Amino acid sequence: MIEIEGLKKTYVMGEELVHALAGVSLTIGQGESVAIIGPSGSGKSSLMNILGGLDRPTAGRYLFKGEDVGAFDDNDLASFRSRRIGFVFQSFQLLPRLTALQNVELPMIYAGVDAAERKERAAAMLDKVGLGSRMGHRPTQMSGGQQQRVAIARSLANSPGLLLADEPTGALDTQTGEEVLELFKSLNAEGLTLVIVTHDLEVAAQTRRRITFRDGLVVSDDHGDGAAS
Amino acid sequence: MMKPLDLVGFATGAIVAHPMRSALTSLGVVIGVAAVVMMTSIGLGAQQMVTAAIGGLGSNMLIISPGASRGGGGGFVSQGAGSGMSLSDGDAEALKAQIDGAIAVAPTVRGGAQLAAEGANWNTRVEGVTPDYLVARDLTIASGRMFDDREARQGKKVAVIGQTVATELFGEADPVGKRLRVGAVPFEIIGVLASKGQSGFGQDQDDIVLGPLQAVRSRIVGRRVKGDNVQSIYVKAATADDLDRVQEDVSNLMRERHRIRPGADDDFSVQNMASIMEAMSASTKTFTGLLAAVAAVSLLVGGIGIMNIMLVAVTERTREIGLRMAVGARRAWVLYQFALEAVVLSFAGGVIGLLLGIGGAMLMSNLAGWPMAIASWAAPVALGFSMLVGLVFGAYPAWRAAQLDPIEALRRE
Repeated sequence: MIEIEGLKKTYVMGEELVHALAGVSLTIGQGESVAIIGPSGSGKSSLMNILGGLDRPTAGRYLFKGEDVGAFDDNDLASFRSRRIGFVFQSFQLLPRLTALQNVELPMIYAGVDAAERKERAAAMLDKVGLGSRMGHRPTQMSGGQQQRVAIARSLANSPGLLLADEPTGALDTQTGEEVLELFKSLNAEGLTLVIVTHDLEVAAQTRRRITFRDGLVVSDDHGDGAAS
Repeated sequence: MMKPLDLVGFATGAIVAHPMRSALTSLGVVIGVAAVVMMTSIGLGAQQMVTAAIGGLGSNMLIISPGASRGGGGGFVSQGAGSGMSLSDGDAEALKAQIDGAIAVAPTVRGGAQLAAEGANWNTRVEGVTPDYLVARDLTIASGRMFDDREARQGKKVAVIGQTVATELFGEADPVGKRLRVGAVPFEIIGVLASKGQSGFGQDQDDIVLGPLQAVRSRIVGRRVKGDNVQSIYVKAATADDLDRVQEDVSNLMRERHRIRPGADDDFSVQNMASIMEAMSASTKTFTGLLAAVAAVSLLVGGIGIMNIMLVAVTERTREIGLRMAVGARRAWVLYQFALEAVVLSFAGGVIGLLLGIGGAMLMSNLAGWPMAIASWAAPVALGFSMLVGLVFGAYPAWRAAQLDPIEALRRE
């Protein structure tokens, strides 16, 4: 599903060039669950931003289901994010003045879904993450775990092919963190491709495949069958 | 593709989320629009008053007075005091006979007199006129009749009275056929004028007695007007287009009759009501424009207030903008959302300002006793301008929002 080849991302910091990604090639298949691990500054966030269509690589190729994402213009990238990608963030990123239902509706509004249909779908998504009874609540009236579930429901709103989670349990206690990971697992079991960026090895242990980054390069790729390539 | 209606939902949602802030932001535009509406309506009221004042004298009319013109627009009802009595019946007859396009030529003399009838007394203006006077001054008879040319020439002692005089002397009774003493001279009332109400200058136009020129000149006005002299001659042109030409013909004929050498000053003056009206409405228009311009400055200040708050909002909502982009908002949609928010704020201010402005104008016209005048263009212009202000001053903050980098924006605390 995802093929990247020779991916580079270079930033200019003052007079220095920083190579956040120094030539990364990998493929991720449909339905995989992958953890991307590495210390901060290793390039894992840069990779995630490029995979999610929030950023463009400096060099290299990125194919998503055969489409060359690198050739997309701004508007193409916006639709790509809208239809193909679901984002889950460490800090949930819910809009505080909207209810849970309205937050889940947001991506569908940008995708042009009818008001009636998007309410129905948002309600179904909230049901799926176990918040069917809290649709009218605002983020401030919910616990962290509940907020992250709303965020997950939102990421699923447009039935994306790929779910990108950036430290999804970073702001949660162990118990709720585990619940959220369970939810990810069950979504993955339904066929959703899952990529979790984390530096928490316990979180990484929950996925079948683990890719480790250091200094903008892949240093290990553990497919979970014990054979690191 | 997102639907435009949802953008409106986003914009109004953000506005409603901060009611106090939104109200204060709009207040600048409210005040600006209310000020513009009020100022233009005051100016327009003044203009209507001037038009009514001059139009009340009679339309398409020239007034010929004795004595040299004093220039400018001042003193258009010259009494000719001290400048000799240079106008005569003969002038009026010549004008009537020779000026093409003059549909009425009305020589007049005027004086004041004590009236007495059926035991009641009243003091009023008495004018000696010819039947043409009604045409020239746009007057009509309500009951009875006007005296004819023959009666005017013969100096028959008949009178046509205004409504005020009729009411003061006879109450509800019909005055036609009754006797009326003007000073010491007995007259018979043969007609009552239709009411014209107050003139724009505040004078009661119904407080008047019209008598035949000859009779009033010799019996009422007395020594102040000698022989066949008159105090003014009203000339009415058939159409407004004719007025300038008629004025020129009148001047030429009068100079000829008064044997004024080329280059010498006229011994009479001709006032053109239309040009006086033009000059006065031009000056009130300038005045109105000035007031509106001052008021427009406050609208500008209101716009700057909107820009200020929108810039704050963009900074405050940086993470929201990042998130919107992450879940599929195009840059253009973020731009539209924030621009629309500014336009809605400003437009709402415009609507409230318009209502307040109309209310304020009503109050002012009540207090000042001016005619109430809201320009027909006030509503569309006020609303259009308030939208424009929102668009102009919302554009930059909205552009800033759309230029944000979603990765940076999401990271912002």
